[in-house]
Amino acid sequence: MNLYELTIHEAHNLLKSREISSQELTKSVLDRVESVEPRVGAYITVAGETAMAQAELADKAIAEGNITHLTGIPLAIKDLICTKDLRTTCASKILENFVPPYDAFVIKKLKKAGAVIVGKANMDEFAMGSSTEHSGIKLTNNPWDLAYIPGGSSGGSAAAVAADMCLGSLGSDTGGSIRQPASHCGVVGMKPTYGRVSRFGLVAFASSLDQIGPLTKDVSDCAVLLNAISGYDAGDSTSVPMDVPDYTTFLEKGLKGFKIGIPKEYNALSGLDAEVSEAVKNAVMAIEGLGAECVEVSLPHTEYAVAAYYVIAPSEASSNLARYDGVKYGLRDKDKNDLIEMYRSTRSMGFGSEVKRRIIIGTYCLSAGYYDAYYRKASQVRTLIIEDFKRAFKSCDVLLSPVAPTPAFKTGEKTEDPLKMYLSDIFTLSANLAGIPGMSVPCGFSSQGLPIGLQIMGKHFNEEKMIKVAYNFEQATDFHNKKPVL
Amino acid sequence: MKITKKEIVHVANLARLDLDEESIGKFAGQIDNILEYVDMLNRVETEGVAPTSHAIFLTNAFREDKVKEHLDRNKALANAPEKEDGNFVVPKVIG
Repeated sequence: MNLYELTIHEAHNLLKSREISSQELTKSVLDRVESVEPRVGAYITVAGETAMAQAELADKAIAEGNITHLTGIPLAIKDLICTKDLRTTCASKILENFVPPYDAFVIKKLKKAGAVIVGKANMDEFAMGSSTEHSGIKLTNNPWDLAYIPGGSSGGSAAAVAADMCLGSLGSDTGGSIRQPASHCGVVGMKPTYGRVSRFGLVAFASSLDQIGPLTKDVSDCAVLLNAISGYDAGDSTSVPMDVPDYTTFLEKGLKGFKIGIPKEYNALSGLDAEVSEAVKNAVMAIEGLGAECVEVSLPHTEYAVAAYYVIAPSEASSNLARYDGVKYGLRDKDKNDLIEMYRSTRSMGFGSEVKRRIIIGTYCLSAGYYDAYYRKASQVRTLIIEDFKRAFKSCDVLLSPVAPTPAFKTGEKTEDPLKMYLSDIFTLSANLAGIPGMSVPCGFSSQGLPIGLQIMGKHFNEEKMIKVAYNFEQATDFHNKKPVL
Repeated sequence: MKITKKEIVHVANLARLDLDEESIGKFAGQIDNILEYVDMLNRVETEGVAPTSHAIFLTNAFREDKVKEHLDRNKALANAPEKEDGNFVVPKVIG
């Protein structure tokens, strides 16, 4: 077996018993990146030298008996999470040369735990997209079939895990941007509860929806990485001061007494692919077979989620992205001698078309005369969506659903029709509106061999229940052991 | 028609974006579609429903107003496209 194929927990055991060194492991991952990156395109920046230096430090720490579950483990980081002295572009021309002077809170935690950062993963520009085709830097291909998109916006993070170009990665999820690419690439991905993981140093897209989370090769690794990044941070005023359980203690068998909710509205949605529907039904049956009880629940405002989301997210984005003005960092049109002209020219050169489209939608929805009709109305519908989930969770522990209505689509298939692309987020973005955690675990393959994911959603701060259900399902199935041939 | 080309140009101006003729036409069509779709929100009865701005129970996060460790001036300026004497440089603002 090649070292780059290891999971985080397998590699940890080998590092701990000194059968391998982090330098061997990191070298193996870097060699793998070199050989498959031209086909996959998962990374914007590969930090080979610093990764090897971090691996050397990790080996020293291990020799001294200081080992955490992440010491010496090579990880990829989505390129909108700030890494000190390592370029962070948000896949945008406007930040193409931005080198953060500080680490995001989660990066500080990972570094303290001794992790190795392999590089920065590709994404849709400023995390706006569902296919990574809106990256201003490069395209990422799905490792299972290079003609298909990897999903998005954390497409590079998901592809890097699926193609063994890192042992695990961090992504961010504003409307499904971790779960959907995880589903399309056949890996495990989790969006934690809003406030569970600090957003300090995460470049903002829609601040009330954004959350950082792990993408991993299996559920055990998801628990390990979630342990490492969770917890209160005074640097994020929406970080929640609550104790964090050890999520790895919920990696245990047995689902007796678990109640699984199946939202009835999800079956009625048009556009659900037959193979996805079949795979999810089989997964539900398998979970029932493991001792859980299924109940039907109702989320009556489901059909309004996409509309509410595509008012709220662009509104927040239009305000957050006002900071890119060519003054403090990033691109600047130096030929303009008038301040407003300089702003306009810089922003027009630096932002790609999807970002511009969303800034315009958001600015429109927030502008005088339209605020009540759009932003306020959507925020009220958001309240109703939250109440739907509260009612549903009175009769169940977790909800099960598809992650995406179809397997990955072909590159170029939806770029000309943004609304069509937005509609594919229907199963995931409600969790962001409600702030609840959601997770994707592999549950099948299409007849074309493309992965399909099962979504598990939980109550606020109930990640451990999702992990338990996911772990039991994973142990009873074989989907996570399949690998793409590259 | 929810949004006209003229409105697209007006809103782009508010957002400090320049659009060429082709983008104006394309965006007008696409954004009109999106706004038509979003109109379904009007079917939801929201009388008396409080709007949600974020989904968890926290309200304000207060702290003492004290100077703490902060970013060094040179580091804060390191990414600036133009700087001089420890300041950001912008084109002349007052004529």
